[in-house]
Order: sequence, then C-alpha cells, then structure tokens
Amino acid sequence: MHSILKRTAAAVAVGLAFAVPAKAELTGDLTIFLDTSNPAPRATMEEMIGRFGEKNPDLNIEITVIDREAYKTQIRNFLTANAPDVATWYAANRMRPYVEAGLFEDVSDLWAEPEIADNLASTKGAMTIDGKQWGVPYTYYQWGVYYRKDIFEELGLSEPTTWEEEKANCAKIVESGRACYTIGTKFLWTAGGWFDYLNMRTNGFDFHMDLAGGKVSWEDDRVKQTFANWKELIDMGAFIDNHQTYSWQEALPFMVNGEAAAYLMGNFAVAPLRDSGLTDDQLDFYQFVKINPDVALSEDAPTDTFHIPSAAKNKEAARAFLRFAASPEEQTIINNGKNLGQLPVNAQSSVDDDKFLQQGFEMLSSNSTGGVAQFWDRDAPAEMAKVSMEGFQEFMIKPDNLDRILSKLERARKRIYK
Amino acid sequence: MTATTELSQAEPESWFHRNQQAIAPWLFLAPGILFFLVYVIAPVFQSFNLSLYQWDGLGEAEYIGLRNYEDLYYEWVDRDAFYVSLKNNLIWLVLYLLAIPAGLFIALLLNQTIWGIRLYKSLFFFPFVISQVVVGLVFTWFYDPTFGLLNQFLGLFGAGPINVLGNENLVTYGIILAGLWPQTAYCMILYLTGLNAVDPEQIEAGRLDGAKGARMLWYIVLPQLRPATFIAFVVTIIGALRSFDLISVMTQGGPFGSSRVLAYYMFEVALSEYGFRMGYGAAIAVVLFMIMMCFIVYFLWSMYSEEKGH
Amino acid sequence: MFPTPIEKQPKAAQLTYKALLPIALLMWLGPLLAVALFSVKPDADFVNANYWGLPSSFELMHNYGQVFFNSDMPRYMLNSVLITVPTVIGAVALSTMTGFALGIYKFRANMWIFFMFVAGNFVPFQILMVPVRDLTLDLGLYNTKTGLVLFHIAFQTGFCTLFMRNFIKALPFALIEAARVEGISEIKIFWYVVLPLMKPALAALSVLMFTFIWNDYFWAVVLTQGAESQPVTAGITSFNAQFRAAYHLMSAGSIVAALPPVAMFFLMQKHFIAGLTLGAVK
Repeated sequence: MHSILKRTAAAVAVGLAFAVPAKAELTGDLTIFLDTSNPAPRATMEEMIGRFGEKNPDLNIEITVIDREAYKTQIRNFLTANAPDVATWYAANRMRPYVEAGLFEDVSDLWAEPEIADNLASTKGAMTIDGKQWGVPYTYYQWGVYYRKDIFEELGLSEPTTWEEEKANCAKIVESGRACYTIGTKFLWTAGGWFDYLNMRTNGFDFHMDLAGGKVSWEDDRVKQTFANWKELIDMGAFIDNHQTYSWQEALPFMVNGEAAAYLMGNFAVAPLRDSGLTDDQLDFYQFVKINPDVALSEDAPTDTFHIPSAAKNKEAARAFLRFAASPEEQTIINNGKNLGQLPVNAQSSVDDDKFLQQGFEMLSSNSTGGVAQFWDRDAPAEMAKVSMEGFQEFMIKPDNLDRILSKLERARKRIYK
Repeated sequence: MTATTELSQAEPESWFHRNQQAIAPWLFLAPGILFFLVYVIAPVFQSFNLSLYQWDGLGEAEYIGLRNYEDLYYEWVDRDAFYVSLKNNLIWLVLYLLAIPAGLFIALLLNQTIWGIRLYKSLFFFPFVISQVVVGLVFTWFYDPTFGLLNQFLGLFGAGPINVLGNENLVTYGIILAGLWPQTAYCMILYLTGLNAVDPEQIEAGRLDGAKGARMLWYIVLPQLRPATFIAFVVTIIGALRSFDLISVMTQGGPFGSSRVLAYYMFEVALSEYGFRMGYGAAIAVVLFMIMMCFIVYFLWSMYSEEKGH
Repeated sequence: MFPTPIEKQPKAAQLTYKALLPIALLMWLGPLLAVALFSVKPDADFVNANYWGLPSSFELMHNYGQVFFNSDMPRYMLNSVLITVPTVIGAVALSTMTGFALGIYKFRANMWIFFMFVAGNFVPFQILMVPVRDLTLDLGLYNTKTGLVLFHIAFQTGFCTLFMRNFIKALPFALIEAARVEGISEIKIFWYVVLPLMKPALAALSVLMFTFIWNDYFWAVVLTQGAESQPVTAGITSFNAQFRAAYHLMSAGSIVAALPPVAMFFLMQKHFIAGLTLGAVK
C-alpha cells in the first residue's frame, strides 16, 4: 500500500514534469521593445528572437526597435501607456525609478530557478533592488584603455601598470606631438568613465559606491584627491582639444588618424575602430592602471538587461523569453564576435576568441577583485549623474573651477538624496 | 446642414430661425473653442497646478507647495542652471531683435526692380523655410573647430581656430547667430511687403523738401512701416522666448550647461534622459509664461486700441 | 519708391549693385551651399580632410541612394506627410469657422474669445508640454500620428483664427447684409457667400501651416517615438545617430528633409508671402 502510494506519487510527479513542457507551449502575442538600434546588434537580436519563435510556433512575436538614445527618454512613456511584454534596459540605479514606481515585474522567481541562480550569480547584485530581482541580463562588456600599439612601439612604450608609468608614457606621447587620449564629451557620459576609473583607483570601489549613493560629501578630501590626479593629466595636455564638441564616435578619427594614442572606452569602440581600417596589429587593450597601491582593482562593466513591464499582457511567454535569452547556448551565440561582440553573462557559455573579449573576460574574472561597477550614470541616480557629469566636463575644460564645481555638486547631493 | 435649412424654410417662425443670428456664431465657434480649451487653455492651468507638486512622471505626485519655486530661487542665488538659463533668455531677447534692423537692411537692399530681383528675394528668404533642425546642423558644421567654414575663413587672416560651440562664453551668441539667419529672412519679407505699400507721393514730397537717405528713412519711410515693424517685433520676441530646437540640436545646453535657456532647461529637467522632475519643469514653464505674458498683454492691448480706433 | 531706384543712380553705382548682389547672396546662403557640397562628396574626402576642395568623386546618386534605400528616411517623410496634411486641413477648417464667427457677428464675448485665441497662440508652448503629454497618454494616443495631429490642430487654431478673422473682417459686410435680407440662412451665407471670397486666404494659410507643421520638432520629440510615427525633423536626429560622423550622408539627409517645405515655398510663393505678411500691411 505504502509503496503503491509512493509509486503513484512518483508517477504524478513524472506526469507533472512532462506536463510542464506541454503547458509551456506558448500562445498569444509577445511584444518586445528593443533599444539595439545599430545595425549589427539589431540583427543579432532579431535572429535570437527568430530562434525563440521557431521553438514556439504558436506565439505571435512582434518586435519594435527604437533608437538607442530616444529609447532612454521614451521608456517611461511606453511603460505606463503602451507596455510591451519584454523591454531592454540597464541594471542598477538606472532601473530604480521604474522599479520604485512599480512598472517592472518582480522576477525573483526566475532567479530562484537553478539555471539562472547558479549561472548568473555574478550579475545578481546589479539586478537586485530591495532584495528582489527585476530583470535578467543578456550581455555586458568591459571598459579599459584601447590604444594604438604601433604608436606605442614607435615611441618605445610598453603597456603601463602603474600611475607613474601611465604618466611617463603620456609625457612621451605628448612630446611626439600627439594627445594621449581621445575623448568626446558632448554627451557627457564619456567623462563619467574617466571619473569612475580615477575615483575607483584612488579611493576604491566601496568609496566610489558610497559617493554614487550620496553618502559622502563631494567636498571630501578623498574626492579632491581623485580630481587632483585627473588634473595631472589635464595639465600635461593629455586629452585632445575641443572634446566638448564631439560625440564619442566623432572622437574616434583622432585615434584612427594617429593624432591620439589611446581611448578609455567600452568594448563597443572596437568595432568602429576596426571598421575604419585599424588592424589588430595596430590596436590593443590594457587594464586601467593602479593609482593607489592599497586599493583593490575594480572595473566598469555595464550590463544590459531584459525586463518585464508590470503591465505586460503575456507574462508567461515573457518569462520564457527571459529564460531563453539567458541560456548558455544563446548567450554564447549572441555575444560572439560576429554578433554583439561582448561578454556572455551566463557562466556556462563560452567567450569568443576575439582578443579583446578574451582580455576583457580575463580581466573581469580574475583581476577585478574590488568589485564591478555598472557605470557612473547607472550607479548614481539620474539627476546626480547629469549634474555631476556636467561638472566633470567643466573640470576637464576649466580645472581651476574645481572648488566651485564641487560645492555645486555638494548642493545637488543634499537636494537629491533625501 | 441642409436638413436644418429646409426645416427653417418650412417653418419660418421656428425657434432656430428667429434666433439664428445669436446661435450661429456659437455653433461655428464650438469645435474650435473645444479643441483650444482642451489642448491649450486647460494645460496652462494644469501646469500651474503641477508646479506645486513633486512628481517623477511615473509614481504618485506629492504636494510640496512652493518648494519648486524656492529651489528655483536658490538656483538663482547660487548662479546655477536657472540663473544661466534666465540670463541666456535675456541675451536671446535682446540680440534676437537685431533681426529687425537686419531684415530692414536687406529689404532696402533688395527693394529694386532690376532683372531677376524676384529670384533674389526668394533666395534670400530661403533660410526661413527650412526646419530649425536643419539650420542647427548646418551651423554646427559651420562652427566645427576642425573643418568648419568659419575657421577656414578665419584661417585666411591667420586668426582662429575658435571653438564657438565649445566655449561657454561664446556658445549662446553662436546659437543666436544661427537663429538670426532665418529670423532676419522673416523680417526681411515683412519689410519688403511693407515697402511696397509705402505711399510714393509722400516720398516725392520728402524729396522736394530735401530729405535724403537716412533722414528720409527715419522721418518718412519708417513711420509708414509701423505695422510691419510691429509684427516683426512680436514674432521675434516670441521666437526668442521659444528657442528650443536650435539648442537641442546644436549643443544640448552644453558645454556644461552654459547655453541653456528656460525652454530647454524645462525640457531637460522634466523629460530628457536624466530628467524626472515634472513639477520642477512646470515651475520653470510658469516663470517663462510670466515673462511672455508681459508681451502678450502688450500685444493684446495694442490690438484692442487699434480695434477701438476703427 | 524707397530707396531710390537703382536705374536713377550713376552707371557705376548700378554696376556695383549688380555685381555685389550675387556675392551677398552667396555669403547669405554659404552654410547651406556647404551642406549641398558635402552631400555629393564621397566618404573618403572626409577621412582625407578634403572638406572644402572639389569632391574627389561625384557621389550624388550613391549618397542619396543611401538615404532613400538604406535608412528609415522614406518612412519619416511619409509620416511627415501624414501628420502635416490632416493638420493643415483640420486647422484651416476649424479656424475658417471661428474666424467667420468672430469676424461677422457682434456679440458681447466676441472680443474676449478672440483674445483667448490670440493669447493662446503666443503662449510659450513649453508650458503645455507636461499636461499635453499626459493627456495624450491618457487618450491612448501617445506615439501615434493622430495624437500629434490633434494637438497641432488645436494649437494652430489660435494663429489661424487670428488670421482668418482679420481677413473676414476686411470683406465687404454689405454682401452679407444683402444675403440676410434675402432670408438666406447663416450657414448658407458661410458656405455660398463668404467661403468663395476666402480662397486666397485659404491658400495662403494652408501653405504657411504646411511649413510650420512640417518643421515642428519640439512636439514630435515630446509626443512620438520611433520610426512608425515620428516626422522627419525628429527622424533626422536619429538618422544622424545612425550615421554619426558620416557627414556626407547627414548632409544628404538634411537636404532631403528640407526639400518639401522649400518646394512648397517656391511653388506657392505668392500665397506664402501673402500669408506671412497679412496684418503687416493694412
């Protein structure tokens, strides 16, 4: 009797196990909003969604691709008015306003499933607000210094690892009539990247996060030390002139034409640099140097994510899609060099053998012990990010205004974090 | 429509027929007034109301009284963004008016009857027809520090290069110059039409009195151009206060916020990538509205006196 | 005529005038001509810093081909048409009626209603931004061409009413009185007496509205998103994001975006100028 019951229970369990895939035959409509508007990522995503569609033939999938910049302002409209079932967005503080307004669905249940919990553990923190998870990442990428190897060789320079070496290299580059770094700060965020690295290297990851979280004064001496380091480079003439009038793409030609030797940028800069004719023999990558030797290295690695709006109509299919996008196979495919050319978030997937991706993966998995930041405008609240990045830009042009800039940021901090 | 008329003809003493002169205007006005109330008048009051709230556009709005205005006041005291915006708005207001004399000058230059002058007139008017977005792009390249026409030109004299849009002291003037281009064309066309209507007899009388050149212009021609000047003044002021497109396209308010004006600043704090302060944006709009109101009242008042005069 | 006709000036002055005029025009349109030049240059010229020399090859077909066949430009253009045309029809229709009511009838509120339209027309439209966006969201019309059209119609009714009312007021009132004596209903007076007389005003206002609406950027940014509903003025900025630093394509795109209102202007020049300057000359 007892054994029969047990067997029945087992049979029921087996039946249930079979029932799950049967039930998972998804139907209805699934609308997906994407911000991957550049041609290559766009094609990648459309192919991935195509594969998802093949597995779910009864599901009617509709894709809307919105310009990446426009998307950033439009998300708040469509989340309230015209919500899709799945939307792309960014991790950390960048999703906070939507989480707090109850516009993103809590997907902690997905994160409780072993496939996701075990394999995506490294990004869990960035997806967590108030102890719950609000989305699933699909890609991330390293930041670091991309440089012209041929120029370094011509000047007899090698990849620096310390701040002194970095400055010595830069002095020689400036002497050769070039700028050390190209940058375009018209849209501000590129200056945020410099601040991230200088501050994390000077004061460490935890301090950096406290600053982003409004817990430290901008007039603190440690912050001033970060800017003092930055000023050393500015005073050397390390950055190209007129960077405030260029976008990050418009700053690329300076590196291509050899007027600047390096670019502190995300890995997405590699594709346009290659497109404009630089070969892998001319182009290389190094991790941003150590400044304060007592501080553990930490890196920027922004994570791009999928979310389910609370107002989504087909949440079941949306969850299935999130599982699919985070799966090791899909992660391997969409992030390979021919597609996004970035790093997969799933620990089970393999990284493309592109040299930059390999170096980035290596750096993030073994040489970023201090922590991984999302990026200044994702870690700090939107308003603080805006006003501070404006301050960084002003500082890069008028380093002598530092005190005024910092007191302005301090006033903003007191207002914004309440 | 026809049904009503047939009805009124069938029953000549119907209520509608007797009162139709009183009712008809309201019927004609109804759709226009309805649209206008819903989309223009009501939102003005809603904005006034919203400016008393703190609202991120997503969650619940919180009533905070006059705190948004208080924040604006402190931004003013601290010489922050609001101060810069207001100051730039004043610069816009004053310099944009240069479009009026510039337009008059070109109109005088072109008020001839040589062969092909009509084509000249339309080509000079051309900038006004193009979208401000395109004007903004064109001027962004004109000012480009590496290849811009301006710096090529300065280079001929061994001067420059200057980065107009990257310099916090020059950027507003650079954008205003871009804005003056189409606005001058507008004023020019107003004056060209005005000049057509100038009374030739008065000119001849002036000539007999020995008036010439500038004196003639000042004492005889300009008074007759008053209606054109009035319209040019109104549209230029309005254009200056509404300036948004050019700033958005050319600098996005930069570098470090030094080219903001109120119209752009309010968009920035309320709806741009990093902006979530709907109430604050509304408060800025209210300030802008108050400034504009001075001109609106002036305009209505002059219209009113003119109507009375007729 | 003022200034003195050039024919009455000395020969030297005449020649100077005729020689300087084309030069002045070239300077006036300089920035625009530069864009036209850019738009026919090959990509290579920008890499080689040949910005101002002659194009190393003439790429008109290729560049404009890219704009038309390799971007969302045609869609944006179509959107612009689908937004502009209904708005022009709607705003002109509404304001012909309001203009008629305010220009013909004498009633106490007349002046106040007229002033409401005029004042509304001059309001800084940024003050409408947040409420109108919310209203559009509530109506479910956010990111639709209809949402944009409805707002444009409403807002432009202010200016159009001012225009139409002044025009109708200048019509011979005796005609209407005569019709009334005949016992013709008010609606028929509007349709058969006044409307035919308004043809020039209708033409002028339509052309003017077309340019205004086509060139709108602010509301396009506030009320729409993406290629399915945005007009070309907003589209050109995302076009530029797509082809950042590809100056030849950006130039070609800008020229394409500018063409329809320019064509409208040249075809309907007389009406256009009449529209703009009505009220400037009495």
